Order: sequence, then structure tokens, then C-alpha cells
Amino acid sequence: MLTRLLSGDTPRSGLLTLLLVAVLISLAFAPFLFPGTKSLETAARICIFIVLVASYDLLLGYSGIVSFAHTMFFGIGAYGTALALSTSGPSYWSLAWGTLAGMLVAAAFALAIGLFSLRVKAIFFAMVTLAVASAFAVFVSQMSWLTGGEDGLNYKIPRELTPAFKLVQEKVFGVRINGKLLAYYLVFFASLALFLVMLRIVNSPFGRTLKAVRDNAFRAEAIGYKVVWYRTTATVLSAVMAALAGSLLAIWLRYTGPATTLSMEIMIDILLMVVIGGMGTLYGAVLGATLFILAQTYLQNLMGVAVEATSAVPLVSTLVAPERWLLWLGVLFILSVYFFPSGIVGRLRAGRA
Amino acid sequence: MSETAIKPRIEKIPLREQVLQKLPVLLVPVLALLGLVAIGNPASWLTLTVAGLAMGMMIFIMASGLTVVFGLMDVINFGHGAFVAVGAFVGFTVLAWLAGWTASPSVMLNLAAVLVAILAAMVVTGLLGYAFERVIVMPVYGEHLKQILVTMGGLIVAQQMIYVVWGPDELHISRPEAFQGSVVFGEAAIEKYRLVAVAIGLALFLAMRHVLKNTKVGLLVRAGVENGEMVEALGYRIRRLFLIVFMTGSALAGLGGVMWGLYQETITAHMGSEIMVLVFIVVIIGGLGSVEGCFIGALLVGLLANYTAFLAPKVALISTIALMVVILMWRPQGLYPVVKAK
Repeated sequence: MLTRLLSGDTPRSGLLTLLLVAVLISLAFAPFLFPGTKSLETAARICIFIVLVASYDLLLGYSGIVSFAHTMFFGIGAYGTALALSTSGPSYWSLAWGTLAGMLVAAAFALAIGLFSLRVKAIFFAMVTLAVASAFAVFVSQMSWLTGGEDGLNYKIPRELTPAFKLVQEKVFGVRINGKLLAYYLVFFASLALFLVMLRIVNSPFGRTLKAVRDNAFRAEAIGYKVVWYRTTATVLSAVMAALAGSLLAIWLRYTGPATTLSMEIMIDILLMVVIGGMGTLYGAVLGATLFILAQTYLQNLMGVAVEATSAVPLVSTLVAPERWLLWLGVLFILSVYFFPSGIVGRLRAGRA
Repeated sequence: MSETAIKPRIEKIPLREQVLQKLPVLLVPVLALLGLVAIGNPASWLTLTVAGLAMGMMIFIMASGLTVVFGLMDVINFGHGAFVAVGAFVGFTVLAWLAGWTASPSVMLNLAAVLVAILAAMVVTGLLGYAFERVIVMPVYGEHLKQILVTMGGLIVAQQMIYVVWGPDELHISRPEAFQGSVVFGEAAIEKYRLVAVAIGLALFLAMRHVLKNTKVGLLVRAGVENGEMVEALGYRIRRLFLIVFMTGSALAGLGGVMWGLYQETITAHMGSEIMVLVFIVVIIGGLGSVEGCFIGALLVGLLANYTAFLAPKVALISTIALMVVILMWRPQGLYPVVKAK
């Protein structure tokens, strides 16, 4: 049953299983295990980014395609939901059609870019997506009458998902059972479902063909698989998943703006999460996203301590300043591309007896 | 067109094909004419055209290195923008040191200050290019996926190092006295600095053409772009040649960074990745690996960006993407596809 749920792709490493179960349990019971607003925010962010990073891995790890337009699809999903909620009021109906519209627009964009530029080299696709994505980000911030420009959109979501809604009057285990909690579980279960769907996709015959195309496109073509078709389908699937992750973010934050969805920084974060977690395995996305966001939220405090400890040494203290943590992640990123292309998960799997 | 590359003798190409090959050259004047029709007012058209040419020249300076590096070694450096930013920061630091020279009304001192700043920036970015090639690019030759990832990582690290060295704030500097203000032609006011930028860009393009067409190094580079293995088999060390080209490309990016910085008068650590978008569009339009295509592409993008910024400011960046799409529909490999005999 469990194997079936995981589509036959078990973690295949004791330590990895342990880590994954730990992540799953902490996320599932986050409101009870780690009370407080900040930790709930972090947990929801981890859930959403696991989906986003896994969908990127579908492209990078499983198909060998480097795209820099992933935040664009993420943003399209978020803006779809946000626009629907802000124009036609906070109902479940507008939530549904906004999400659906975002999904379709993302799929159409991905199809257009894919058909247009996937026939040629990987480098070409990377360059085209980089250009298109940054043009899109600028475009969104300019269309302020529709998207609120740089300020983004604030909107209401259905009342049952807001903190004002009380499901039970008393506290359960010291936690208020309110709409925020419902919203968290909506995000959690949706992420879990999407993750399992992606696991299903990559372990299907389609996923295996993708890997074949990645490893040797020429040979796959010779055997009779249409390489362009497989690559384009992978791009569209991953765009749709990213758009859904964007919708989840829009519901959770009740705000959508360029900085939270479209910026290049998020794209770089996704790239770091995939590579450090492990390319070509969706469990890598889970570990990568979890570690990265925990580091983003809590490591900076730790580095603050390091600054005070080294404040006597002038250069070192600027190097370990909390704002410079991306520097160290960048170094880690380069090293992991060289030495552990399969990331944390690859290491753990290789290390098993 | 690929047939001409493998034919044993260079035959005289029929006139029709010659004209077809030269066709992209016409795009720039055609675009300029279209701009004149759309804008209507000759004075503002002249101002915009010079601005567009200046912008195009600067983009060309930054993009040329990138495209030759790709042609020669099949390497696209996604961290190229880092050289632009580092060049700008080094140049600005030098200019700040020479504040006495830049503020003085003497044209010679102004020029000297800018020259020193440009030289310093080029030396630093050239050396940085050396380090980048040895440490980051060399281990991943021939693996495109890793190349993209690793050079992107290099960009992140370089941007963060700029923060470490120069702090998180953006830098402002005003242009030297001699480059401020504008020249008036009839009703059109043209900023002096733009004229300077056009002059430098044109000089550099001609110099590059000369080096590529008339010197031995240029011959080797062109041969290497066409067929690297053959050049190696003839006894030339193509890796060393590549390193030189990489360093030159980085130094040019540094030069472009200083010029762009003086143009905007404000620089940030992120300027490199912002400009890279335009640079990539230009390189794609021109055809990966082609210097001439890169030049025409840069001019097209510069002109179009300025015209649309005047006519419909909201769609400026979209218009360059549209240009890229249109050109790729016409010529899927870019304006001047580089024929690889591999």
C-alpha cells in the first residue's frame, strides 16, 4: 500500500527514510509541535516550496532542461488566483476558476516557449527562458492597473480560511483551531497530493522515457521516441505544477506581488534547493527545500552570533555577516555541482550498505 | 549555406545569395526609418537614434566576448554579468579616487581619469576572467547542463563578493565635466556622452574586425570557431587561445560595465544580471558565435528599446523579446549562423 502510494520509488536508504519521515511528521503536525506564527509560516513555505522545487526537478533533474522561467509559471499561478479573488470576491468559486485559469495560462506559455526553443541546444533554451522571464517580471510590475505593480495585490480569501473563523471555541493541545489552521492543512494536503502525483509521473513509463531522453537524446530519437514531444510535455507539466504551487502561495499569504513570486532571487533559490537536495530525485526536492528554508529563516541568527565572535577580524566578520549567507550557499552550490551532482539524496543512497 | 563550408574550393557565390546573406545589414537602417515614420518629429528621432546607437554599442561591447567564447569553445558563461558589475565598481572606485581630475574643467584631465578607470577595470576583470576560467569553467567542458549551473553559481558568488567589498548600497558618481551636457544640432539635443559611447563602440568593432580578419590570432580564432579539433591537430594550443579570448571577453565586459555605469551614473551589484537579459537577446538574435551578427543585433535592440521607450514605455522590454521571436522565425539560428564543421 505504502509502496503503491509512493509509486514504487521508495527512499532506498535508512537515513534518508528517517529524514523524510521526520520532515513529513513535522509538517503534518507543525501547528501542534511548533506553536507560533513564525514557525507556521515557515512550515507552509516549506510545503509550497517542496512542490515548486519538485516541479523544477521534473525539468532539470529528469529531463536535463535548464529553465529560468520557473518563477514565471509560479507567478502566473499566484496571480491567477489573486486576480480572481480580488475581482470577483472571496468565494470558493473564484478560487477555483482563478487557479484553473492560472494553470491553463502557464501551460500555454510553456507550450509556446517549448515548441519555439526546445528543438535546439540546452543553452539556447536557458537563454530564451531567462530573457522571457525577466521581461515578464518587468511587464507585470508595469501593468499596475491590473496587477498592482510593485506593490502587488492584497485580497480576501474565503472566510473559513482566515484566522477570524473559529471552528472550535476551546483550544486543543493549547492551539486555537481557527481558519488559519484550516488554510495550513489545505496547503499541506494539497502539497502532499501534488508531490505524490509528481512521484507517479516520474515513475511512469513517461518518466522513464524522459530519463532516456536526458541521458542520450540522439539514441532515444533513434529508438523512435519523439524527443521534442517528450521535452515539451515535461515543460508543460512542470509549468502546471509550478502554477499550482503559486496558487497555494497566493491562498496562504493573501498577498501576491512580484517580490514573492517573480523575482530572480526566488529562481536562484529554487536552483540551489534542487542541486543541493539532489537532481533527478524528487526526495531531493523535499530535503533541499526544507534545509534551505530552515537555513534562510534560522541560520541567519546563527551567523549573527558568528559575526560577534569574529568581530575583531575585519574581513572575516563581513564574510560571515548574516546578509552574506547566499555567498556561502553559492560556494556550496558550485562544489555540489562538481563533486556531488546527485546532491544529499545521492550521497545518502550511495552510502547505504 | 552549410554546403559552402565543406566545398573544397571557394566558389564565387551567385549574386542572389550574396545579397541574401548581406540582407541583415539592411535591418538597422530599415528600423531607423520605421522609427522616423512612427515618431514623426525629426528632432526627437535624432536624439532617440543616437541614444539607441549608444546603448547598442555598449551592449555590443559586453556581448562580443560572450559570443566569441561560445563560438570557440561551446561555452556560454551565465556569469558574464558579474564581469560587467565588477568592472563598473572598479571603474567607479578609481574615478572616486581621481575626483580632482574629473571635477576639473580640463578635457585632458577628464579623459585621463576615465582612461585610467577603464584600464583598471579591464585589468581587474581580465584577471577575474582568468580565475573564472581556471576554477569554474575548466572542469566542466563539454557538459552544458553543468556549465550553466556552475557559471550561475559563479555569478551568485561574484555578486555577493561585490557586497562584501563595496557594501550593500548602490554607488552614484557624476560624469566628468567634459562628458556632461549636450550638443545641439538644429532642434535636437544630443548628450555628449552618447556620442563618445558611439565612437568607442564603433572603434572597438572596427578593431575587432581587423584583429579577426587580418592577424594570425584572429585567423586562429576564426578557424577554431569553425573546427577546433583541426586547429589543434595542426599544432596550435587551442586551450591557451581560448583562455586569451575568455580573458579578453571578460575585460571587454568590464569596459562595458564602466561605460554603462557612466551612462546611468548609478550602479548596483545586480546591474550585471539585469543587463545580461539584453546581452542574451542580442547574442541570440545575432546567431551564437557571430561577431557581426552580435553587432547588428545590439544596434537593433538599442534602437528598438529607445523608440519603444518613447512611443509606448510600458512595452519596452517586451518589444525586444518580440524582435527576438520575429528574427528567430525568419532565421532560426540567428542573423548570421555560425557554421560548425563538426
